[in-house]
Amino acid sequence: MHVYLLQRVVTAFLTLFGMSVVIFVLLRLAPGNIVDILFASAGFVNPAAKQEIARELGLDQPIPVQYGRWLRDIARGELGKSYRYDIPAWQVIKPRIPVTLELAILALLIAVLLGVPVGVLSAIRQDTVTDYLLRTLSLAGLSMPSFWLGMVIILFLVSYFGWIPSMTYVSPFEDFKAHILQFLFPALAVGYRSSALIMRITRSSMLDVLREDYIRTAWAKGQREWIVVFGHALSNATLPVITVIGIEFAFMIGGLVVTETVFNLPGVARYLVDAILWRDYPVVQNLVMFMAIVVLIANLTVDLLYGWLDPRIRYQVR
Amino acid sequence: MNVGTAGSSFEASASFHPHGTVDNLFVFCREKPLGALAAILLLVLVLAATFADTLATHDPIRTDAEHTLARPDRAHWFGTDNLGRDIYSRIIYGARISLAVGIASTLLGAVFGGIIGVISGYFGGWLDLMTQRIMDILQGLPLLVLALVMAAALGPSIGNVIVAISVPIIPRAQRVIRGSVIAIREFAYIEAARALGVGNLRIAFRHVLPNTIGPFIVLMTAQFGGAILVEAALSFLGLGIPEPYPSWGRMLSVSAAEFAQKAPWLVLFPGIAISLVVFASNLLGDAVRDKLDPRLRGA
Repeated sequence: MHVYLLQRVVTAFLTLFGMSVVIFVLLRLAPGNIVDILFASAGFVNPAAKQEIARELGLDQPIPVQYGRWLRDIARGELGKSYRYDIPAWQVIKPRIPVTLELAILALLIAVLLGVPVGVLSAIRQDTVTDYLLRTLSLAGLSMPSFWLGMVIILFLVSYFGWIPSMTYVSPFEDFKAHILQFLFPALAVGYRSSALIMRITRSSMLDVLREDYIRTAWAKGQREWIVVFGHALSNATLPVITVIGIEFAFMIGGLVVTETVFNLPGVARYLVDAILWRDYPVVQNLVMFMAIVVLIANLTVDLLYGWLDPRIRYQVR
Repeated sequence: MNVGTAGSSFEASASFHPHGTVDNLFVFCREKPLGALAAILLLVLVLAATFADTLATHDPIRTDAEHTLARPDRAHWFGTDNLGRDIYSRIIYGARISLAVGIASTLLGAVFGGIIGVISGYFGGWLDLMTQRIMDILQGLPLLVLALVMAAALGPSIGNVIVAISVPIIPRAQRVIRGSVIAIREFAYIEAARALGVGNLRIAFRHVLPNTIGPFIVLMTAQFGGAILVEAALSFLGLGIPEPYPSWGRMLSVSAAEFAQKAPWLVLFPGIAISLVVFASNLLGDAVRDKLDPRLRGA
């Protein structure tokens, strides 16, 4: 188990290193840097002043040197300076993390609480009207762009209840109810999509397990339905579900990018778009790295959870 | 991840009617009515995109200051936007962009990933190990985030958007094709080809590659809907299809949110168009997968 863990962590670090190269090179390919944009909006170009700023920001250095500086800064725990705000990038990112984290957790909660029971229900009522209805609903969830769903939710709330969730961030310490309401709807928009995927996996995994001999034995000895379904079957059907939750985590961050924009929430994901449009390199590269690390940790957790849940995997690893 | 194997595609071909394409289509329609319905829906959309010039009632780009935010009526079936452009015509023309971008990026990503998958799966060893690690890197980044960074780096143009969307598809395609190649590699006929002295590259591309067509089609249909959604999201964020092309995603972004209260049709119709295409392609994808790879049924 320890060897397995070590192996996983080392691979994770190598992957992160590779990601940092990819992100860095990609952003250096971008046409126009912050200096161009700043000067374009100023309306005149003074080449000397432009060079001065480029030098100050380290943009005049060769790309490998710029990359080296970035790694050095990360190693020191400094995330560079935001060109746009002229303050350390970490100070821009930090207050935005709780917003995104809360939204992600809420969305995941909605996804699991909706997806698992619906998937179980669909499996035990296989090929009935209920099953078809639930499957269609889940497929619809996979088909709607989450930002559009968000827009429709807002539209619906306004036209039928005359109420708009607050468009400026409400702190939970100020007004807890308004805060929860503000987060509930974007979480619903993101969570619906994820719940659809979880539902589909739960259903197919349950269908497999329900055909096993030990389930038939449980039925045969007259066990109650809910004990067979939830006690015997579901506990053995959770493994694929957990994998998909891990995979879905990466997708969800993409969903958060657009949903935070629609609901005007000051989160990390939405800030990524602003930073990209501004060519604010330190913020973009650090944000993407940050997201990559979060996804990696999620995947690692799933892998370890797997080993813990299923002893066969624990002893099988090379 | 579960991947299709050659074995299952053999089973699938056995369940097909032996008399040719028309019979096979008929069998598919009877066994998978929902999938057939989805295929027809997608076909209608392709036709709409092809004959956009005759189907559209207005010029999709021309603005009309006198009829801004008009309600849907006989002149403007889906109403007009804040610049007076006809939404119905924009959706018809937008189908061209969305379908073209969706198909092109899926094909590009799947073919590229497929080739990498055949090579890494067939040759194995350190080459495979290296490729796998590189694919891990690409797959570790959230799909939309990678596409966003790519789109920003390449600059706004239709070609660049296609590339940006196709790159995240590459590792997914590579994984699926690699998995099925590893299974095919062990078959006796491959061994026979090797015994006859056929070269490695020829075996890989002449004998192994054609047998991955089942998983490849499943992969394509599965990724197509996703590609359309990513395009919509990119355009919505202002990093996708540039003006003046009417794109469904951008129709939702620019001013739609601002004018949504006054003119909900601005938000409703483009979103319905996107959802419908993705829904149909998901439905078709499920049916095709059930048909070609029975082991993954319902997953």
